[in-house]
Amino acid sequence: MTTTLSRREALVAGFGGVMLPATLSAQPAQKPAELKIGVTTFLSGPASVFGVPSRKACEMLIDQLNAAGGIAGVPVRAFFVDEAPGTDHLVGEIRRLVQSEGVHVLFQSISSGSCLACTPLSRELSKLMLLWDCGTQRIFEENRYEYAFRTQGYGTSEVLAPLLYLLKHKPDFRTVAVLNQDYAWGRDSWELWKTAMDALKPGVRVVAEMFPRFGSTDFSTEITRLLALRPDVILSTSWGGELVTFVRQATERRLHERSIFVLPVAEASMQILGRSMPEGHIIGTRGDHWNNHPAPKDPAAFNAFVNAYRQRFNEYPIYPCHHMAQAVWALKAGLEKAVAAKNGAWPSDAELAAAFRGLTFPTPTSTITLREDGQGLEDQIVGLSSFNDRFPFAVPKDMMLYPGASVSAPVGQKSTDWLKTLQPSVVQTAGRSI
Amino acid sequence: MRKIEPILAILVAAAMIVAAIAAPWLRFVLTIALAKGIAVMGILLLLRAGQVSFGHALYIAFGAYTVAFLAPRFGDAMILLPLAALGAGVLGLLIGLFVTRYRQIFFGMLNLAMAMVFYSLLEKLYAITKGSDGIRVEIMPIAGQALERVTYEWTIFGIALGLAFVLGFLLRLYLASPMGEALAGIKTRETRLEFMGVPARGVLLSAYVMSAVLGGIGGALIAMTSRHVTPLLSYWTSSGELVFIAILGGAGGVLGPFLGAAAYELVRVYAAASFADAWQMILGSVLLLVILFAPGGLWGMAARAIGGRGR
Repeated sequence: MTTTLSRREALVAGFGGVMLPATLSAQPAQKPAELKIGVTTFLSGPASVFGVPSRKACEMLIDQLNAAGGIAGVPVRAFFVDEAPGTDHLVGEIRRLVQSEGVHVLFQSISSGSCLACTPLSRELSKLMLLWDCGTQRIFEENRYEYAFRTQGYGTSEVLAPLLYLLKHKPDFRTVAVLNQDYAWGRDSWELWKTAMDALKPGVRVVAEMFPRFGSTDFSTEITRLLALRPDVILSTSWGGELVTFVRQATERRLHERSIFVLPVAEASMQILGRSMPEGHIIGTRGDHWNNHPAPKDPAAFNAFVNAYRQRFNEYPIYPCHHMAQAVWALKAGLEKAVAAKNGAWPSDAELAAAFRGLTFPTPTSTITLREDGQGLEDQIVGLSSFNDRFPFAVPKDMMLYPGASVSAPVGQKSTDWLKTLQPSVVQTAGRSI
Repeated sequence: MRKIEPILAILVAAAMIVAAIAAPWLRFVLTIALAKGIAVMGILLLLRAGQVSFGHALYIAFGAYTVAFLAPRFGDAMILLPLAALGAGVLGLLIGLFVTRYRQIFFGMLNLAMAMVFYSLLEKLYAITKGSDGIRVEIMPIAGQALERVTYEWTIFGIALGLAFVLGFLLRLYLASPMGEALAGIKTRETRLEFMGVPARGVLLSAYVMSAVLGGIGGALIAMTSRHVTPLLSYWTSSGELVFIAILGGAGGVLGPFLGAAAYELVRVYAAASFADAWQMILGSVLLLVILFAPGGLWGMAARAIGGRGR
């Protein structure tokens, strides 16, 4: 029996071929001439203090990778997109990157709002997305994504680690005040802190909850109030220019002598603050990549990264640079794993994404595991601000390292629910001095 | 020129459809452009009366958040669109009663203030609005049909295009009616209108409510397209964007807003694609060039090219 194709069937087959997502068609993926990465980051606006250094780090690492022959023998090329114009623009840009530029991987977003808006696109476009810097816990707690992974820690661990540190080093505080930026991160991080604090040390009195407008340039009213209230602890998860302004204004009025500051995102502002950062306050870096890390797992690689960055840009890398680097290293590890699994053949988008589930990739300081729900487990190091001869800015001393798994909510649990179940004994058992 | 406008509109629509078929990612950009074009028609209406509103992003954001809040409850685009339009209309009436007492810079600034109050509310009422993180809008059924993603996007594109035609047509009728002509009277001399027995405030108020409805529809379409709403929609820069588009497109005809919106979105996308660091500068230069060399906007340029008067 001979089979003939009617015109209608031919049309259906033709359309089917066009409409079917690439992952469903049986064709094996071709090895591309270059591996294209779409990177969304802030290139303008206040958050460009994070975005521009991260872009620099990304370009530097890609140059290094390409000089060494690329990833799995394929040279890498990055396309950068500005996050600042807002979500409707960014969502369009992600589509453009995938459908017009043909990027193979997306490195996505500093802002949590951007991440929440764009991560569902990984499913719709069937493209691997590495969330390289945003911290919101809502991403993987409210949804499940096959194509999205976060190659770093997240809000829960980044707030819980400084709290555990505070409870260990200054356990007798009785009052706390908060001064956060009035947007999602400021509100979320306070909710996480408050929930954990109520579980670990019930009875602490919150004397002030202050959320000055995002982008404020003056904190004198807030500082006056804090001077009058005399809280034992002042928490601020602010960043960028606002943190710099707040610390400068607060130290001028000697607020730091009455209260201890807890600044979980301080590292990125230390170079700008220089010597004006007071000593003995709790500072965090959203991870374990302090420039003075006493015992990185691979000191040669760590120094090579820091020194190459310093040489090229004449400044120390800040944490977004390290987070960007983690995404690049994760991509290298994941892609090589996927290629090895296919005995050297190029993986499809689905196969590439599957390689990232449960992936453990090395960073110069430690290793990061992308667990079952896509969340990365990044160690957290917190310490007290101090000065030494090596750096012209504050770095931590008396550091404590909290392994990522110990300060992250287990898979399938919401952070706020999990934090409520914490026992005060955790303070003594979690983390170790380094 | 008025006769050529419908033909030109059909040509522009055809070009949009071809572009959306040729490049799937442009479909998204053009849907947003159509939605903004619809909202800018409202700005155009007020421009006829010589009033510039620096706060119409309020109605866009209101429409968008209406969709975001009500989508889980009445998850159908065919119900949500009229609801967003109605809600924006009622809000427009309430605010309009107050702001239409003022003219010129006071009118513009009061609108700006209203939009910023709404912006602050969206940010501050964190427990309800999820603050700057915004609210996700899932793919919703349209007229009872649960659609797959690509079909859904085409349908929204089609709805936006259809609404653009219908609303553009209605607006043309309105502008040619005595009520519409009275708007120009407010611009030239309001007292004369009153002498003729036409209540200037009533004329302006009805135009204002209409512009709010258009904003609400535009906002609802934006929410259905980008499927994530954030308070940034109501920020003053978004209002400025609408005025920018109105100037870029030209206030001559109802096609102007769509020409302006399409040009604006495309320039922004291509500028952002080619110069990720300097797209704002390119956008600014384009506007400067238009103001300096084509004060009638794109519509005026098109009119001159065809040989008619761009009004």
